[in-house]
Amino acid sequence: MKLHEMTIQKASECLRAKEISAKELVQAVLDRIEAVDKTIGAYITVNHDHAMKQAEMADQQIAKGTFTPLTGIPISIKDLISTKGLRTTCASKILENYVPVYNAGVMEKLSQAGAVTVGKVNMDEFAMGSSTENSRLKVTRNPWDLNCIPGGSSGGSAASVSADMCLGSLGSDTGGSIRQPASHCGVVGMKPTYGRVSRYGLVAFASSLDQIGPLTKNVTDNALLMNAISGFDARDSTSSKQDVPDFTSFLSKGLKGIRIGIPGEYHETEGIDPDVKAAIKNAIAVLQQMGAECVDISLPHSKYAVAAYYVIAPSEASSNLARYDGVKYGFRADHPGSLIDMYKNTRSKGFGPEVKRRIIIGTYALSAGYYDAYYGKASQVRTLIMDDFKKAFQSCDVILSPVSPTPAFPIGEKIDDPLTMYLLDIFTLSANLAGIPGISVPCGFSKKGLPIGLQLMSRHFEEGKLFKVAYSFEQETDFHHKKPQLSGKKS
Amino acid sequence: MKITKDEIIHVANLARLELNEDVIDKFCNQVGQILDYVDTLNQIDTKNVSLTSHASSSTNAFREDIEIESIGMEQGLANAPGKEDGCFIVPKVIG
Repeated sequence: MKLHEMTIQKASECLRAKEISAKELVQAVLDRIEAVDKTIGAYITVNHDHAMKQAEMADQQIAKGTFTPLTGIPISIKDLISTKGLRTTCASKILENYVPVYNAGVMEKLSQAGAVTVGKVNMDEFAMGSSTENSRLKVTRNPWDLNCIPGGSSGGSAASVSADMCLGSLGSDTGGSIRQPASHCGVVGMKPTYGRVSRYGLVAFASSLDQIGPLTKNVTDNALLMNAISGFDARDSTSSKQDVPDFTSFLSKGLKGIRIGIPGEYHETEGIDPDVKAAIKNAIAVLQQMGAECVDISLPHSKYAVAAYYVIAPSEASSNLARYDGVKYGFRADHPGSLIDMYKNTRSKGFGPEVKRRIIIGTYALSAGYYDAYYGKASQVRTLIMDDFKKAFQSCDVILSPVSPTPAFPIGEKIDDPLTMYLLDIFTLSANLAGIPGISVPCGFSKKGLPIGLQLMSRHFEEGKLFKVAYSFEQETDFHHKKPQLSGKKS
Repeated sequence: MKITKDEIIHVANLARLELNEDVIDKFCNQVGQILDYVDTLNQIDTKNVSLTSHASSSTNAFREDIEIESIGMEQGLANAPGKEDGCFIVPKVIG
């Protein structure tokens, strides 16, 4: 097996047994990036020199016998997680040359665990989008079909894992931004419970919805990364003091006694691609064969999730993005005239169209006379969506649905139609509104050979159950073993 | 249309954005469509339903009132587009 193709678990075993060194492993990943990223476009910044230094340190740790499952493991980081001394752009012109002076909480944890940061990966500008087409810095292509989007907003994370340009990645999920690209690129993506992982140093989009999580080649690797990044952080006031279990302890095959809720509303949703329907149907059959009991549940307000979300998220964004004023950091436009002119010029040149659109929607929804009708109403519907989940989880342990109604679509196809793009988030948004965890696992391929993902959701802080069901499903199927063929490129 | 050109211009000003004519027309159309869609929320009776502003169960998060290290002036200014003598430089505010 080529080094860059390894899972975290496999590479960690080989490092421990001293069959390979961290330097060799990191070099292999850097070589892979060199070979295929011209085609894929996942990386905004490759951390060449420093990654090799981190690898050297990891080798020293291993020699001393003090290592963790992540020591020497090359990880890519979505470019909105602050990395001290390493450019963090949010794929925006306004932060194109921004170099953080501190590390995010998750970066401290990864560093303590001995992981190696190989680089920063592409995304929709400020995580606003579902296709990575809103990046203002570059195009990222789906490794399974270069004409298609990789999903978004963590498209660079998903593409870099799928094309073996890292062993795992950290993304962020505000409305599906980890799960949907994981689904489109055929990898595993976890959005943890709100509060499980510190948001300290995560550039804010919608603070009540944002959550950092891992994208990996399989479920075991995902649990390993979750072990490393979870836990309380006093610097994030919404961070939870809930105990963090060893997530790998849930990785045993067997689903006896597990009740899987199938929401009638999801499967009646119009516009679900037949290949997606078939893959989900097959997944349900596999889970049942393994002993899971499927129960019908109802989430009656889920059809309003898109409407509620596209008030709440832009409202929070319009407030969060007020900080980009050309004064403290980031880009400043030429400013002939007043301070206000400088703000306007800076923000108008610095932000791209989707970010502006959401700032406008959010500012409108929060403005005098409209607050109750929009933000107030959406926040009430959010309560109803949360209540739906509470009721549903009385009769089931996990809830199953597609991640996305369709497989990845061609680049450019929907970019001028924001509402159509928003509607594709229908299955993932509710978990963010309710703060519950969700995982995407590969469950099939479309007729055109594009990956399809299965979504599982559970109660707050029950990521363990998701890992158990996802792991069992993965053991019984071989979708996660399939690799995209990146033709014509040396690997 | 759900939202007029003047409203877009007004809101853009509140958000300190300047939009050209083409973008204003486009946004009028796109934001109008989105707001029309958002109106589906009015199908739901939310009388007596409380508001949810965040999904965590925690209330106020307090910490001990002790000094902790912060990034300091030099680091704080490290990314400033304009700085001098330990200050951020901005265009003249008072005439």
